[in-house]
Amino acid sequence: MKYEILKLLARNAKYTNEELAVMLNIDEKEVAEDIKQLEKDGLLRGYKAVVDWEKLDEAYVSAIVELNVVPKAGLGFEEVAEKIMKYNEVESVYLMSGVYDLNVVVKGKTLRDIAWFVAKELATIDSVTSTTTHFVMRRYKELDVDLVTFDKDDRGQLFV
Amino acid sequence: MIDYSRVLNKTVTEIKPSGIRRFFDIAATMDNVISLGVGEPDFQTPWQIRKAGINSLEKGKTKYTSNKGDAKLLEEISTYMKRKFGLTYNPLNEILVTVGGSEAIDAAIRALVAVGDEVIIPQPSYVCYEPITRLAGGVPVIINTKAENDFKVTPEELKAAITDKTKVLVLPYPCNPTGAIMEREDLEKLADVLKDTDIMVLSDEIYAELTFGGKPHVSPASVDGMFERTVTINGFSKAFSMTGWRMGYACGPAPIMEQMIKIHQFAIMCAPTTSQYAAIEALKNCDGEVEYMVNEYNMRRRIMVAGFNRIGLTCREPKGAFYAFPSIESTGMTSEEFCEKLLHSKKVAVVPGTAFGDSGEGFIRASYCYSVEHINEAIRRIDEFLKELR
Repeated sequence: MKYEILKLLARNAKYTNEELAVMLNIDEKEVAEDIKQLEKDGLLRGYKAVVDWEKLDEAYVSAIVELNVVPKAGLGFEEVAEKIMKYNEVESVYLMSGVYDLNVVVKGKTLRDIAWFVAKELATIDSVTSTTTHFVMRRYKELDVDLVTFDKDDRGQLFV
Repeated sequence: MIDYSRVLNKTVTEIKPSGIRRFFDIAATMDNVISLGVGEPDFQTPWQIRKAGINSLEKGKTKYTSNKGDAKLLEEISTYMKRKFGLTYNPLNEILVTVGGSEAIDAAIRALVAVGDEVIIPQPSYVCYEPITRLAGGVPVIINTKAENDFKVTPEELKAAITDKTKVLVLPYPCNPTGAIMEREDLEKLADVLKDTDIMVLSDEIYAELTFGGKPHVSPASVDGMFERTVTINGFSKAFSMTGWRMGYACGPAPIMEQMIKIHQFAIMCAPTTSQYAAIEALKNCDGEVEYMVNEYNMRRRIMVAGFNRIGLTCREPKGAFYAFPSIESTGMTSEEFCEKLLHSKKVAVVPGTAFGDSGEGFIRASYCYSVEHINEAIRRIDEFLKELR
């Protein structure tokens, strides 16, 4: 049942325990306990809104930065990854297969913010040998959520 | 100037248009209406099914198929009926692919019913059986099923409805709008009544995939003694979310199918070819998609039923299809009144139970083919509506 709870919360973190209980046909208390356990075990890491920042007048820019890194003996990429993820500007950090090592999503108010951040912070880390920055031009879908269209319900043409 | 009332066929002009249409037309002119009215899935047709349709177009499969349907599709239907319901239909002469389940119902009734023959129709149920019977010259005999019997047809009700003119019994289960299902023992009791008669059963199983609570659908034809007297109708609209593709089928004893194919041949020629190719993919490779959708419906069903009961509209558990059928008797209003007032004051569209027969009085139909958020918002508004009544 924990897995079912996770699937539903991943879809909509706003479901109340009561709703989850009804949907899954279990006791509300069981839901509360399961969620507590999932949080404690670190499976449920947070509950966040999906925001379309571009709709806001305030400036918002993000970029994907590809980093090539020299791994450290015994530590691999962990040390540098942990260092990078601590920055507030960094939204996500992934270790990648393929032609580069770390994929870092960076956000800021302006292109220059991000350029400076990459140049001054990321590029200067000892084990980082090169950076490639790709600015995001338009967001279509994020965290499973469609940011472009508002689905219009075009049913109801027929009475059945 | 032609007086059209004199030209037109009286059997047709006397058929009442659906009163619901007017109601939904009002809803369509209002802003911010939240509807629980539709009877079709909100899921897209699974991509692989759409892809199969597209592929067939790319390959130029744009000609007629044989009258009764593409041979490969007939085979797949036969396999599907076997593995889902334990029914053995010969793809060569016991299956007909139709334009939606509706055409199959029409062809079956026209093949069986002559002028003056009686067709027993349990209500509340989907709206087509009565007019189609009348168009064939038949006489509808209504069984008003009851909430206390979970809207099942009982053997007593069936016996009371049978006369020496009875030709067909319609079994519309899982039932739109009540959500009722007939379990094996219910069907066995009806089979006892029907054995030694020549009454044929038209079993409309369009919602067969959508049953909940661990009780898979039992096809009447799979009950002892029923196979030879049953025309089984099914389709792709509800189970595979393919309403617009217009794909259905009928299965039954060869002598009946032979006549139905004749009707289909002259009225329709063949079901749309693109849709037939898509349907093959649906039957072959989409069990997972169906399971996903059924699971989703099940969650929404629980949310809706719990919601209605919480706000004081008694709602039995619907065991099939995708509708809840709560009682609004506690409000003292008629179904029509309730729906009209609800629409105007809270902009929520639901369907009065009376749209499905007189015995639907005191009930409303609410579809749960909507997101949980949508359903919650509708229930919240209905709750407000009820509170303002008190």
